[in-house]
Amino acid sequence: MLEIKNLHVKLEEEDKVILRGVDLKIGAGEVHAIMGPNGSGKSTTSYVLAGRDGYEVTDGTVLLDGEDLLAMEPEERAAAGVFLAFQYPVEIPGVGNMTFLRTALNAQRKARGEPEMSAGDFLKLVREKAKTLKIDADMLKRPVNVGFSGGEKKRNEILQMAILEPKLCILDETDSGLDVDAMKLVSEGVNALRDAGRSFLVITHYQRLLDHIKPDVVHIMAHGRIIKTGGPELALEVENNGYADLLAEVAG
Amino acid sequence: MIGQAKPDGYTPAPNLPQSGAWLRGLREAALVRFQAMGLPQRRDEYWRYTDPTRLTVAQAATVSGAGAGAGAGGVVSAAFDAAQALQLVFTDGVFDGAASSPDLALDGVEIDHLAEACAHDLHWARDIYGQLETNGQTPVARPLAAWNTAMAAQGVLIRVRAAVLRPIQIVYQGTDMQADLILHHCIRLEEGAQLTLLETGCSGARSNHVLEVDLGDRAQFHHLRLQGEDAVAARVTHIFAQLGCDSHMRSFTLSADGALIRNEAVIEMLGADASAHIAGAALGKGRVHHDDTIFVTHGAPNCESRQVFKKVLRDGAVGVFQGKILVRPVAQKTDGYQISQALLLDDDAQFLAKPELEIYADDVKCSHGSTTGALDETALFYLRSRGVGLVQAQALLVLAFLAEVLEEIEDRDLAALVQTQLEMWLDRQQTL
Repeated sequence: MLEIKNLHVKLEEEDKVILRGVDLKIGAGEVHAIMGPNGSGKSTTSYVLAGRDGYEVTDGTVLLDGEDLLAMEPEERAAAGVFLAFQYPVEIPGVGNMTFLRTALNAQRKARGEPEMSAGDFLKLVREKAKTLKIDADMLKRPVNVGFSGGEKKRNEILQMAILEPKLCILDETDSGLDVDAMKLVSEGVNALRDAGRSFLVITHYQRLLDHIKPDVVHIMAHGRIIKTGGPELALEVENNGYADLLAEVAG
Repeated sequence: MIGQAKPDGYTPAPNLPQSGAWLRGLREAALVRFQAMGLPQRRDEYWRYTDPTRLTVAQAATVSGAGAGAGAGGVVSAAFDAAQALQLVFTDGVFDGAASSPDLALDGVEIDHLAEACAHDLHWARDIYGQLETNGQTPVARPLAAWNTAMAAQGVLIRVRAAVLRPIQIVYQGTDMQADLILHHCIRLEEGAQLTLLETGCSGARSNHVLEVDLGDRAQFHHLRLQGEDAVAARVTHIFAQLGCDSHMRSFTLSADGALIRNEAVIEMLGADASAHIAGAALGKGRVHHDDTIFVTHGAPNCESRQVFKKVLRDGAVGVFQGKILVRPVAQKTDGYQISQALLLDDDAQFLAKPELEIYADDVKCSHGSTTGALDETALFYLRSRGVGLVQAQALLVLAFLAEVLEEIEDRDLAALVQTQLEMWLDRQQTL
């Protein structure tokens, strides 16, 4: 599904290297987690995959089902099946949440040569998905993320994911700012989307989220590289011992 | 200041249109005012951001210029067809009965044409025509409005005695893109009367419109105007309004493209508990200059006013907002608000704002603000990351920016028609 090879990235505006040769391969249906200390390059990885401005890829490749992801515009990546659940979902005053969801869905369908979804079918789809995430009608009517609590914003991200049905879901610290109940709700939303044809890249600081969204593979990132890869037990190790041992191990 | 360079169309001693007794003196007085003021100059305080020579000096014909011709870029006159208004059509600046609604009768409404009424010896409009304009000449001179009062031979005089539901629409159309057009309308809403007035279209190379509105106690006046359309013309409009007790005025203008548009509104609240909301959205691309110059006076206690203006500018377009709230000593409990905001879609566009408050009462609430900015890059990326293409994402954010000003249109059906015009304009922008 996703194949990242030797990815080197620096900031466009300043001479600061963030990723120094990331290698990562995610198969269809797999859930991978990336953990790592602050500033290790986790969020940058997610932004570079989604196509955000401000980063310069100096080396390496990213293929999604064999296609060169880095050559695509952000909207083309979305149509190809990439979805980034933002760490800080953006507020867009003046754009209604429903308008936003419908515009996004139909834009993707159009880009893939599929017919637009009728207003009736769309409404039915949103109501059904919103219900399981406990998103009420008022949240759907309000402008995108405006006046939403932290938990509501994250649930709104998962709602978008459920409606857009991407191939590759990247969750950037989706657990940040969530209380226990909200984390459970969000995780259930994510788990409901797990499918043999859908892959997940879960970026998090804490093992806690991985109790709910069980990963197949856990990667530890530091200094812009993946320094260790293992099973779910690796996340537990970090939780118990922190990153210091791992960093020392690699340095040694 | 007379004796300065004599531009085409403006002469110090013109032949005034033939008029009956009620009008002759008003025209002569207006000419004297105009002569005393002289044409506006760039050095005048309220013309610093807008070059008046484009209005006062006939320009070489540039009809072959890029995007010339009605309908090429801006709003369309058919925008309000769904409102089924009573239509008064002016073709090349002259009332066109054949193109207007067949039956100009509306219960509780008297409609006269200036061209006919001017021959009479007496007319109700004598208390309005040129009178509100005169009041609006202090403290800031508006010479082009005085010239209009002196010279206008065309326009409508509308007196309303009831709450009229069907809107009246004045349509400007024409084919003569060289003409200088002068139109002067007077509207009197008697006590408790209500009217919605729509204005659409444009004509002529230069046009000068004055609208004088006299609102009786508890009257309600809604005004909605779509202007622009052509890429070569220069227009100046003045609205002079005076409001009685507990009367309410709402005016909204959409200016889309066009070459030069200067809209002045001079509003004075003379009765207690009145309210005036003046709003505008401007969309400009290329060699476009949109100027809104608003002067709201609180002349009675407990009145409320709002000025809300939003401009979307790109590719060299210039937007100007000059807005003033004047609160007289008697106007305690005033609630005044003013906001002007511009969205600059590229580095070439420019927004110039001059907000002013002048307050002589001590128990008032007045606020004003002005912002200029670009599209929010983070929001743009968020939309694109969900699959919305760049152009569509920009259009969504532009509409979001304008949403607040559309809220100023109280009639939601009319607001939806204006929204459609905005969307059509954005659709025409192949790449923003």
